[in-house]
Amino acid sequence: MKNDSRPINVGISDLLFRFRWPLPALTSITHRIAGVVLFVGTGFALYALDLSLSSESGFEELRGLLLSPFGKFISWGLLSALAYHFIAGIKHLLMDMGVAETLEGGIFAARVVLFLSVIAIFLNAVWVMQW
Amino acid sequence: MVSQITSFSRNGVSDWLVQRVTAIILAVYTVVVVAILLFEPQLGYAQWRALFSATWMQIFTLITLLSTCAHAWIGMWTAGTDYLRPHALGPGANGLRLVYQVSCSMILLVYMIWGIKILWGN
Repeated sequence: MKNDSRPINVGISDLLFRFRWPLPALTSITHRIAGVVLFVGTGFALYALDLSLSSESGFEELRGLLLSPFGKFISWGLLSALAYHFIAGIKHLLMDMGVAETLEGGIFAARVVLFLSVIAIFLNAVWVMQW
Repeated sequence: MVSQITSFSRNGVSDWLVQRVTAIILAVYTVVVVAILLFEPQLGYAQWRALFSATWMQIFTLITLLSTCAHAWIGMWTAGTDYLRPHALGPGANGLRLVYQVSCSMILLVYMIWGIKILWGN
């Protein structure tokens, strides 16, 4: 007789195709992905800081880079990763304090994170386009 | 119990706390720098240079960079130990995870030294 309540080993393919992803799981994996993007992005930020403080011409060179379409796109991407990681991180800290730990609370908090992040990512685009 | 020799502080509870404390420092620095950039859109080299020559900003930036390294170490470790496992990826995963973890640590060390050079070396 097959026992369906037996524990199973969960592999990558199970995660990708077998289970439905609830909203809090999606916001959680996005938080991780944004974190990895920022790990790489820190290198970009240090490069920019180094260039901006190296000399007056370095500062102007960075200004030129940030004003180019590609520079604006990279800036928007990194600022958006930062905004998302920031907002989802605040949710994490609140949950550590016992806020929104129920199933309904978790789904609601995930929706708030998505809502605020969409606004922040839009505002980042406005900022980057007009700087 | 086998101790996790690649985790940041060799202790999960300590890593947990370091992750939270550094998160708050990173959040405050982010708000301060974004506020400076938003309220001074015509920021010039002289002002920028003066800002990063101020002792408080140098200390704040270095603490933030230290926090980045600790926070990212713990975060990248957590992601690596979750996904780079023999269970998910096959027998080569343990070696791959070691290479991944050492690489992450080396990159963070480079960030740290580079940051110190930017703040005090230029």
